[in-house]
Parts: sequence; structure tokens; C-alpha cells
Amino acid sequence: MLAYSLRRLLIAIPTILLLIVACFFLMHFAPGGPFTSERPLPPQVLANIEARYGLDQPLWKQLWDYLYNIVVHFDFGPSFKFKDRDVNDIIAQGFPISLTYGSLSFLVATAVGVSLGIAAAIKHNSWIDYFAVGLGIAAQALPNFIMGPILILTFTLWLGWLPGGGWHGGQWQYLVMPVIALATSYMGSIARITRSSMLEVLNSNFIRTARAKGLPTRTVIWRHALKPTLLPVVSYLGPVFVYVLTGSVFVDIYFSTGGLGQAYVGSALSRDYAVLLGVTILYGALTVVVNLLTDLAYAWFDPKIRY
Amino acid sequence: MNKHIRTSIAGLLTSTIITGAAFAAGTHPETGEALADDQTFIYRLGDEHTSVDPQVVEDTYGAEIVRDLFEGLMNQDEDGNLVPGVATGFTANDTKDVYTFTLRDNAKWSNGDPVTASDFVYAWRRAVDPALSSPYAWFMELMSIENAAEIIAGNAPIDDLGVKAIDDKTLEVRLSAPLPYFPQMTTHSTTFPAPQKVIEEFGDAWTKPENIVSNGAYIWTEHLPQERSVRERNEMYWDNDNTILDKVVTLVINDENVALTRYLAGELDRTEIPAGQFPRLSQEHPEEAISFPRLCNYYYTFNVSDTGPEAFKDPNIRQALSLAVDRDIIAEKVMAGGQPPAYTFAPEATAGFTVPEVEMASMNQAERDELAKELLAAAGYGPDNPLSFDMVYNTNEDHKKVAVALSQMWKQKLGVQVELANMEWKVFLEERGNQNFDLARGAWCGDYNEASTFLDLLQSQSGYNDGKYANARVDELLAEAKTSDDPAPLYTEVERIIAQETPVIPIYHYAGVYMMDSDVGNWPVDNVEQNWYSKNLYKLAE
Repeated sequence: MLAYSLRRLLIAIPTILLLIVACFFLMHFAPGGPFTSERPLPPQVLANIEARYGLDQPLWKQLWDYLYNIVVHFDFGPSFKFKDRDVNDIIAQGFPISLTYGSLSFLVATAVGVSLGIAAAIKHNSWIDYFAVGLGIAAQALPNFIMGPILILTFTLWLGWLPGGGWHGGQWQYLVMPVIALATSYMGSIARITRSSMLEVLNSNFIRTARAKGLPTRTVIWRHALKPTLLPVVSYLGPVFVYVLTGSVFVDIYFSTGGLGQAYVGSALSRDYAVLLGVTILYGALTVVVNLLTDLAYAWFDPKIRY
Repeated sequence: MNKHIRTSIAGLLTSTIITGAAFAAGTHPETGEALADDQTFIYRLGDEHTSVDPQVVEDTYGAEIVRDLFEGLMNQDEDGNLVPGVATGFTANDTKDVYTFTLRDNAKWSNGDPVTASDFVYAWRRAVDPALSSPYAWFMELMSIENAAEIIAGNAPIDDLGVKAIDDKTLEVRLSAPLPYFPQMTTHSTTFPAPQKVIEEFGDAWTKPENIVSNGAYIWTEHLPQERSVRERNEMYWDNDNTILDKVVTLVINDENVALTRYLAGELDRTEIPAGQFPRLSQEHPEEAISFPRLCNYYYTFNVSDTGPEAFKDPNIRQALSLAVDRDIIAEKVMAGGQPPAYTFAPEATAGFTVPEVEMASMNQAERDELAKELLAAAGYGPDNPLSFDMVYNTNEDHKKVAVALSQMWKQKLGVQVELANMEWKVFLEERGNQNFDLARGAWCGDYNEASTFLDLLQSQSGYNDGKYANARVDELLAEAKTSDDPAPLYTEVERIIAQETPVIPIYHYAGVYMMDSDVGNWPVDNVEQNWYSKNLYKLAE
């Protein structure tokens, strides 16, 4: 398993390199640049700015310098828009925030979603099942950009229980709404996947055998049914984990959390090349690592899988 | 500085703030109004500001913060008039190309150092320095400071800039051309002083709250990017005794509807009102919903260059389209925030600008529509041969509403076929700048309060003239206005020509449309540039 993991991590290097190159060229081919503005800069002023940031160099040279600075100095370059900060600053500030509310949302979505799904499957066709399915579908139909305004209206304006946004070092009052907004729709999907997977497992032969042996339902569910049930859930959770960890632009916009999602989308719109590339690399690396962890997790859930 | 000293200084500061807050729980020295105990003003920023470095900042949000943290030679009062800042006054020679500013003796940096003429020399040289590559370097060129253009182009050393410290308190500026409104331009953040020692010590990190030294009424005490920032009273500021507001907090809230909700929940003292919501809010909160004219225009520009449609080369067709636009509907029903309908390019609010009597403004809409039909028919367009073109705007809900309204008006009244297209901002700018359009949205906010800041856009060589309109007479008039002591009649004539030839369709002039807590005292609604200073605001007792 160690050899397998190492091999996967080695393959990740060219993958990420390819990602950087592709992103770099796509970015430069998009119309407009970081200094295109409503008030076009006089050519001489623009030339000075481009010289300062090395944008007057040929593209291959820019790419080379960029990679060199990352590998040698771990420097992801300056932000063209936020002149007082560089990419390392922006990621260091935004990523911990996204990571905090993202992992909390992940935990909430998984815990609630899996429990709902299992309860629904065990009590198939009962009111619990209908309730869980109803809730799951309703939750799935409420993406974060709908949940955001609804939550703020309810808890901030009408009830006055929670502050409408901000981060304040991650105090709980400021976490509640972002976590609910981000977790809800994933929770719905997880509940539905868990339920259908559990139903399938409960109808399979080895469960019938376990029941026939006279094992109590509790043991059947926990010892025999749970692991195979979670296999499809885990493959769904892998990408979800990366997605929520890297934050959400909607959560950042609606709750002013200061997370990385807003910085990412903002950098694309303002053609802030270095920020866009820096965050892309971070997301790429996270995806590679989480995919590896997901694959390793399969082996634990399904003994047939060996690396 | 070790932690212990820092804590004790912080303690000291807090205690001076408490004891020094002479106005808290008191009354306003001039108006006699009762003041609130908590003098904190909290307002919304629609986006993170770009910088608080005076020579680097390029966005409005940043400039607002910089105006509190730093103080330039001159300030503006509530009506936009020029009042002394660090300088107590200035003199100009007869030819108006040498200005001499006298600096006040008691101006200090927040570390206690005196503000001297060399701080301005350093800052102004810094602004044109190719090594700093300030995006606002062009402003020094616009100010006509001697050698600014050569230095920016790298053809002269920065020491050659026409600015000199005669002594600590006297600053002399030499211009390459006479400029009657030069002193007005010293209220712009690019011209604010910069602390050389601090910048040299910390480099790019000098603007961080823990490093920054500034000379304005406030100091920068906290900055959490994309979330909030705090600026607090500067005890060293020369006019600190007359500053009432203790603390100013900005919250970054990208979505204007969320910002409105948070305002209504009491988290903010000021936020913008989204388009169309002003009538409802002014009924529900008559004390808080305010609207006042701003120095910005909203227009559509015809592409009259070779790449534009043949039809747009005919001024009658352009005029027909402009006539058929019912500005009242757009201003009152679509935007609904008290925006004045526009028949001229420069807003009426512009200082020293008298709106000329253009024919269109004096007609009613039925007459305009009638004339529009006649003009279009005379040009050979009608039901059998409908005029058709594309119009582009940058992606935004408000722009979309206006564009749809325009296209419907043209379709219903004139049978014109319009294809609407929206583009992401940077793509839009690129396409418009390269004349890849038929009719494109435009908007402009004045850099300074003078009609040329708008009308120069229609000068044939202007880099902002994306429609490539060219009229020799307009160019001549604008050139003449630059050095004239009374440019108003020249501007009037320019507007008359524009109304006749219609290179652009002015739609409306902007209004500042805010929800403003009724506790906020002295918001400068009459300052059309909205150059506001926190030191002039205060919070009233509830």
C-alpha cells in the first residue's frame, strides 16, 4: 500500500504541472488582462506596470519564471489587484477559513445524511422513510445560493439571533449559517445515496443468511450491512470533500467570511493571473491527495480491494 | 517593539481615547445636537479595496479609506469647495504655472514626526517612479507637473520632477502648462504625502496596520481582507480636537441585497440601495432612504468608426434613436432611485456647468417619437426595411434592465431590430476598446468637478473615446477650454454640437442612493464627487 501511495503521488507531479500549463495558457488567452480598465492606462504607464510584473516577457519565459519561483522559493507571486498582498498572503489568510467552515459542513452533511439514509432504509416505507426522503429532496433543491439569503433573512433580520456575516476568527455565531448553507444540499444527496445503497444491501443474499442465522437486527446492520452500504457514498464524498474544503464562492459572498472561494472567482474576473494560478494549484493538489485517500479508504470498506 | 511595550502603549492609547473623547456624551460644538456615546460609523464596501498606499490605490473604496488615513495639501468641504488640509494656503504666479503651498506648523505623522514639504516631494516623485509603476502615475501627468511625462517614460530621473521643498514648510510646484484648477487636483489621493522612512524600512508591507504611519485624522488599526477593516482616531492629527467620530469600520459585503438585509438588521450605518427598491424603502423608512445627484453619467455610444454599421455614420439616424428613448421611464421606473434623466453628456451637478437648452429636452416624448419616426423614414428605414444592429453591455442585472427597455422602445416606436448581448467586464472593455461593437454601454464618473472630465471623452484623440467620434470644432473648443478663465460657454457649445450630432445617447445621470442611518450626522450630500471625510461626520444620540 505504501508503494502504491508513493506511485500515485509521483504521478501527481506531472498531473499538476500539466494543470498549471493548461491553466496558464487558458488564462492568457482570455480577452482582457489584469490592467484592462474602463480608463485605459496611457501606454507608458502600462509598460511600466507590465515590466514590473514581468508581463512584458514572452509567455514561455513568464511560465518558466513562475515555476522556478514556486519550486525554489515557494513564492506564488504578487497579486495584481490587491497591491498590498501577494498570493502566499491571500492563500494563508483565506484557506484556513474555507478549511474550517468546509470541514464542519462536511462533517455535518455526512453525519446527518448517512444517519437519515440508514434510518430511511431500515424503516423502509414507513413515515420515517417518507420524512427522510422528503427532507433529502427538499435539501437537495436548496443549493447554498438559495440557502444563504433565506438563512440571513430568517436568523438575522426576523429572529435577530445571529450576525448576518463576517468571520471574527471563527466564533460559533459566525459559523452556524455558512455551515448550514453549505452542508444542506450535500446532506440531501448523501441521504439519498445512502438510502438506496442500504436498501440494495439489505436485499442481498449475505444479509438474508445473517438474518437466517438468527443475528439480531442491530448486529446485521452494524457488522454486515454498513460497510458495503458506504462504498458508493465514499466515492461521492471524495470530490465533495475537496469541493467544500476549498470553500464556496456563494458562502463567501453571502456571509462575508473572507474565504478562498471569493478570492478565486474574483481573481478570474479581474484576471489576477498569479492568484488564479496559485489557488488552482492548491485545489489541484488537494484533489490529488483526497482522491488517493478515497481510494485507500475503499480497501478498508471492501476487503476485495487490494493495493 | 516587544510585546510588553506594545501592550502598555495600547493601554495608554485606550485611556487617552477615553479621556480625550471630549465630545462623547456631549453636544456638537457648532450645531448643539446631542451626540451619541459610541462614535463608531460602520459602512459597507461592495468589494475589498485594492490598497491603502496613497500612490498605489486605484479604486473608490480604497480612496475613501486613504482620505481618512492621509491628508493632502487641500481638502474638500461638504459642498466640494476647496479648504485647507496640510497646506494653509497657496499662491500662484500670474501665468498660473508655478504654485507655492504653505504647510501648517502643527501637521504631524502618527508617530509624532512633523509633516514637511519633503514628504510631499518624496510622495510625488514616488507616484511617477517607473519602479513603483503606479497605475495612477498618469494623474501626475494630467496635473501637468513639469517633467512628469518624461519621468514616467523613463527618459528623465525622478529628481527632475517639477516639485521642490523650498524649506520644511514651503512646497513649490512647477507646471509644464498653466492649469487654473491645479489646486483642486491636490485633493486626490495620489498627491497625498508618504512616510519615506517607513516605506524604506518595510517595503511593500508598509501598509499593514502594524507598520503603517499616516498623517490623516485616523490610523489603520485592523484589516481582515475580504471581511472588515477598522480605522481609529489619530491622536497626533493636528485637528484631532475637532474630530468627533472615534472609529470607522468597513464590512466587505459583495451582495447588495444581503447588505441591505444586514443594514435593516442594524449591523450597518450605511449601504447602497439596489436598483428599483428606492420607492419602497423611502416609504417604509423615509428618514433613512436618501438620494442625491452624483458626478457620473450613463450612456450608450455609437461606433462611428469604419468597423461600425454604415447606418450609424448618419447623424439623423443616431438622433432618431436617441429621441425615441423615453428617459423618464428608465429613470423613474427602471432605476427608480432619483436619477435625473440625461439629455446632455455632462451632469447638471458639475461645478460651473450650465446645462444648455438642447432642443430634445424641451420637447415632450410624443413629439420626440414623431420626429424620430420622420428622421428614420427620411433615411430610408421603415417597416419594409427595418434598421437592425447589435448592442452590448457588461453583465449586470441593472444594465440588462436598461438594455431591454431601450430595445423595446426602439422596436415598438421605430420597428428597429436590436440584438442584445452581454459580456463579462474585461471582455466587454476589450471589445469596446477595439471598436468591435455597434452600440455599447458606457458610464463615466468625473475625476474632478469640472465639465472637461466628461466632455474630453468625446475629443477625437481621447483614449476613452471608444466610439471614435471626431469633430474638429469640438476638439478646438475643448483645447481652448483648458486654458480659458471662463470655459463655461465653450462647454455649452460642445454640448450643443453633441446634441445635434448624437455620437452618444445620454440616458441618465447617477444618483447616490443610500440607506443611511438617521443617526449619521453631516453626510455631505452636496459633495457631488462624494469625497467624504470621516472627521466631518458624527453620530447623533438616539
